[in-house]
Amino acid sequence: MFPRAIDMYRVLPELMWCGFGVLVMFLQPFVRGRQFFTFLALLGSLAGTGAAFASFLHGGPGFSGLVQSDSFTFFFRLLVGSVSFLVVLAAGPYLDREKLPIAEFYALLFFATAGMGVLASAQELLTAFIGLEMSSISSYVLAGYRRDSLKSSESAMKYFLLGSFATAFFLYGIALVYGATGTTLLDKMALTDGTSTLLKLGLALILIGLGFKVAAAPFQVWTPDVYEGAPTPVTALFSAGPKAAAFALLLRIFATVPAATQYWFWAFWVLAVLTMFAGNLGALVQTNMKRLLAYSSIAHAGYILVAFAAVTSMAQGGSSEAAPAYAAVLFYLLSYALVKLGAFTIVSQLGGTGEKNLSLDDYAGLSQRQPFVAAMLSIYLLSLLGLPVTAGFFGKFYIFKAAVNSHLISLAVLMAINSVIGAYYYLRVIVVMYMREPSAEAAAAGPVPFPLGVNAVLLITFVGTILFGVYPNPVINFILRPNLLAH
Amino acid sequence: MVPTNYYVILSAILFGLGVFAFIFKRNVITIFMSIELMLNAVNLAFVAFSQALGKLDGQVFVLFVIVVAAAEAAVGLGIIILIARNRQTLNVERVDLLKL
Repeated sequence: MFPRAIDMYRVLPELMWCGFGVLVMFLQPFVRGRQFFTFLALLGSLAGTGAAFASFLHGGPGFSGLVQSDSFTFFFRLLVGSVSFLVVLAAGPYLDREKLPIAEFYALLFFATAGMGVLASAQELLTAFIGLEMSSISSYVLAGYRRDSLKSSESAMKYFLLGSFATAFFLYGIALVYGATGTTLLDKMALTDGTSTLLKLGLALILIGLGFKVAAAPFQVWTPDVYEGAPTPVTALFSAGPKAAAFALLLRIFATVPAATQYWFWAFWVLAVLTMFAGNLGALVQTNMKRLLAYSSIAHAGYILVAFAAVTSMAQGGSSEAAPAYAAVLFYLLSYALVKLGAFTIVSQLGGTGEKNLSLDDYAGLSQRQPFVAAMLSIYLLSLLGLPVTAGFFGKFYIFKAAVNSHLISLAVLMAINSVIGAYYYLRVIVVMYMREPSAEAAAAGPVPFPLGVNAVLLITFVGTILFGVYPNPVINFILRPNLLAH
Repeated sequence: MVPTNYYVILSAILFGLGVFAFIFKRNVITIFMSIELMLNAVNLAFVAFSQALGKLDGQVFVLFVIVVAAAEAAVGLGIIILIARNRQTLNVERVDLLKL
């Protein structure tokens, strides 16, 4: 039984990414030029992202319902495709500076992106598992890409051990759900009796496994260590790509399976509160920029979980008004990915060879040495904080609105408190950049050069942040479509 | 015939042992083996459910899990070798550069 051509269309982006990954590995022994591979990688990530349009036009379920190509999938494919495009742009100069092999990096990046695409389009749990592992296994290697660095290898080890541990939970959850319902197809699962203990247990284990991947407290302990040790462009990828894909799967599971919605409300409520506080309180005491941003990304996962609690609570009441809450999650993931990519790219470039200058003190007086960079970083931090005119504002606003609309007032209040805590450490970075004098050696060293690729990333993320901050309507209209998730 | 329950309980015990070993062991190789134990507990559960439901797909899932576990083992052992070369130790408590 050979798959039909239309099935191939529906997974075209993933095929593209995998194909380019294999092509890069194949060409690696024959071609010396580093520029060539960067060019090929840019082409490949664009091709995959473009293919997302083709599979959107030929939408529908593929491979007898294993994958689903709908607007939701399209959104996430565009998101992870753009993330990998921007990571290629930022990684080229980084790999040159650190004198690291280039082709393998892009191949791994392609496989990770393909995995995220599969995760976002999976309509069946085992397919989702394969996607999760494709992205995770490539990520483990990417985390340890600076092989000689003790920190990078430690980061890879921690990510590998805790990631596989989480995967095992996810998989055991799938096994139990399969035992309870006799299927792993989400839409068939929706038709079965949702009251068995086995099913509840299985769904709980799946939630634990995905909780690890999105860095929800109390499963977040790996995040700061892995983010700090990994090469910074890879950290940018981790904070934007796999997290968005795992959230996509979570969203699809309980959009489709009513049993999940019923039991997950309190789980999400508790996870959201724990995650927000763990992230924000942890970030208060950080002096390393990468760790600070890592804790901030835990906090942001917490905000997204608030929207999840809103979705579940609305679905509990039997109303179909959950759409704005879905839209809140999607928009938040978009705005957050843009900002995190921009911020981590600046951190990567200012870090200098060997990533030495990562402490907050190295940012003292940045506004005098490099006013543009300081201004950009400030915009990103303000967007993370959720100030108007930035995309982060609307992201937070929609989540807040969703929480209030579903009468989760206490959760909304806790979120507001956390935003205030967050203001302290974001503004502290800005104060250090603008109010403190640079150290003598930093002033003597002069400005850090910003190569073309890095500038391109900053330009794209900056324009995106401001554009979606003043005019979010096109995106919002798209993700508010009634048939966002086809069943 | 042995009832399905027994297999599922056995797989839960194996999984629990894996979690226990993961948390309390200090050697990277042992921790890695505990993950493999957890994955094999999953395989046992899949096969048992597949038999109980009279469907074959559970057994196909096992093949997928085995393939993924092999890929994970290849990468994982590579990372462990890297750690061992960089630090001359396999004790996770001594791999502690990254912390608050």
